[in-house]
Amino acid sequence: MSYWLIPVIGLYLSSAACYGGYLFIQKESFHRAGYGLMLAGFAVHTLIVATKILYYGIIPVRNLHETLLFAAWVFAGVFLVLKIHTRLKIMGVFAAPIATLMTAAAFMVPDKSVEIESSLASVWLVIHVMLIFTGMAALTLAAGAGVLYLIQKHNIKGKKHRFFFRRLPSLEMLDSTGYTFVVIGFSALTVGLITGFVYAHMVWGRIWSWDPKEVWSAITWLIYAALLHERLISRWRGGRAAVLAIIGFAAMLFTFLGVNFLLEGHHDEFTRW
Amino acid sequence: MNLRGGNGRKEMTPLPMEEKQPEIMVVGINHVSAPVDLREQLAFSTTQCEAALADLKQSDALREILILSTCNRVEFLLSTSCPDGALNTVIDCLSETKSVDRKTFESAVYIHCGDEAVRHAFRVASGLDSMIVGEPQILGQLKDAYRVAVNSKATGVILNRLLHKAFSTAKRVRSETGIGDRAVSISYAAVELAKKIFGNLNDKTVLLVGAGEMAELAVEHLHRNRASGNLFVANRTFGVGVELAHRFSGTAIRFEEITQTLTSADIIISSTGSPDYIIDHAAVRPAMRKRRNRPLFFIDIAVPRDIDPEINRLENAFVYDIDDLQGVIDENLNSRHNESIKAERIIEEGVLRFRHWHHSLDVVPTIKEIRAKLHVIAEAELARTLQSMQNISPEDEASLHKMIEAIVNKSLHDPTVFLKNPGTHRDKSLYIDMVRKIFNIEE
Repeated sequence: MSYWLIPVIGLYLSSAACYGGYLFIQKESFHRAGYGLMLAGFAVHTLIVATKILYYGIIPVRNLHETLLFAAWVFAGVFLVLKIHTRLKIMGVFAAPIATLMTAAAFMVPDKSVEIESSLASVWLVIHVMLIFTGMAALTLAAGAGVLYLIQKHNIKGKKHRFFFRRLPSLEMLDSTGYTFVVIGFSALTVGLITGFVYAHMVWGRIWSWDPKEVWSAITWLIYAALLHERLISRWRGGRAAVLAIIGFAAMLFTFLGVNFLLEGHHDEFTRW
Repeated sequence: MNLRGGNGRKEMTPLPMEEKQPEIMVVGINHVSAPVDLREQLAFSTTQCEAALADLKQSDALREILILSTCNRVEFLLSTSCPDGALNTVIDCLSETKSVDRKTFESAVYIHCGDEAVRHAFRVASGLDSMIVGEPQILGQLKDAYRVAVNSKATGVILNRLLHKAFSTAKRVRSETGIGDRAVSISYAAVELAKKIFGNLNDKTVLLVGAGEMAELAVEHLHRNRASGNLFVANRTFGVGVELAHRFSGTAIRFEEITQTLTSADIIISSTGSPDYIIDHAAVRPAMRKRRNRPLFFIDIAVPRDIDPEINRLENAFVYDIDDLQGVIDENLNSRHNESIKAERIIEEGVLRFRHWHHSLDVVPTIKEIRAKLHVIAEAELARTLQSMQNISPEDEASLHKMIEAIVNKSLHDPTVFLKNPGTHRDKSLYIDMVRKIFNIEE
């Protein structure tokens, strides 16, 4: 089954190569080819995910392999949709390699079927996972925009006008795009957490159980809430907002994977392997 | 009816000696060959131009004249059949009109003839010969000079064509190369940077502190890159500020108001003669908070500097002084070099095409082309006639061919004689050009 992933990885990888070419050569055709290959990869990816859902009747997040596969699928989808609304072509330089890495990681991890104690069929859980993954995807892109912002700021402040200065868009555009990503990501994350509480209440009878994943989710959420709060009263713009978006991403990454490997809790089974 | 060419016995009367074809020539001084004080001494006003044109028109040596006088150059663009005489006439005219001894400027004068002159004219029109390469004003100045020359009836076929080609070549250079964009280099670099910070300059507010040529150029360049947005002008002498503000349809503010304006301005261009910083770190810090951390871009063109470089350390504030901008330009040099290669290529194309036209203005090629055209027509008609005729012997056919050949040659005899010598003091090129047009063999 997991061999089906090879064409997906191949398409994502060639998309990444095209975006790399776009970065160097700045030809519009490279960017379009990158987007097209990403779209093709996503189509095959969708088939795989759909097959899994139809076969097992639940969303495929039962083990690390499936979780990565599913997260990569959501990530690619979110990128492809958001790309239409933001004119930030250079984002593909980030998104395509990340999609490739996630899919490749899913390919490396064995797809071991495991028995899940709690029911995965609940519609609340489906919404919970979908929203959380969507939010994470948007916030990952926000961190990418933040990194690009910091590179460009470093170029302008340091009076270096070589490679990246020419190729990266303006600070204002990177800043506003990053902000858009954070708003989308944070909204999805917030609703996703709420559905998680609802689901937890249904399964365990309580909404909060000090599970490490819950705690770290709260920390991540608070970081982004702080970013948006500061942004709205307009004290943190540009560089500081970019740094915070990157810190938030690090916290989010730890919540997603680190907690499961280093700490224990009831989200464990999703990353078992 | 005069049938001199057609008396049958002698094929042609001997043709008169051909007059030499007029040559294009440029005589002038520019910012490279002459220092500014000499250029000032030799600069022509429009009235002086008109007087000089009227005067030079009388000269035997000159056929067509155009005088271009700007702050960076005084040039005479000529068409002449006697280059040496023309040079002397022009130098005399220059020396007389400006009451300057010819010895003082003769060493600064450059002379271009033929293709060189054409190339020079094209390069001047395209701004490649300007002090600031690619600057656009020169094209307008050349157009004005041409208008004055046309009104004085001092131009003819050759200069008319040359100037029109110069204008179209300049237009091509402007649209096909980036040379015009990089025209006023410091201001170009400043605008390029502003775009990398703000993305869109449309609604950005500009504050100009102090006046100065370079700062004004930067403002002008910014203006071309934004549709709207306010402009504030602060000057120590309020009156000068008001005047400048009026020119760019902005608002003049007092020097003391600069700190307050920092909350609304986005781009600050400063070029005062002040020995101290005009805007320091302590003034910008609180302003950044008030402007809700929107980016602020300082362009410091002054030496010594007006803007405290420490401001660059503040989040969302960017300071560029003249050296930093020069650095940007240096890094652009490579691409600029490529652009000028492209521009030179376009000009070379123009020169080649002009040379081709200019050569065709000679009598011999013109007659040859007309003969060829008539020959083709006659042969085609003959072929059609022969088709409908039966019982015609090869000998008869040969005679018919001979006959049309003779008709073509003899009809062209008188025109040829006339074109070779249309009369003294008549512009031969004018007639050749007309004949080419009449027979529709132009290019």
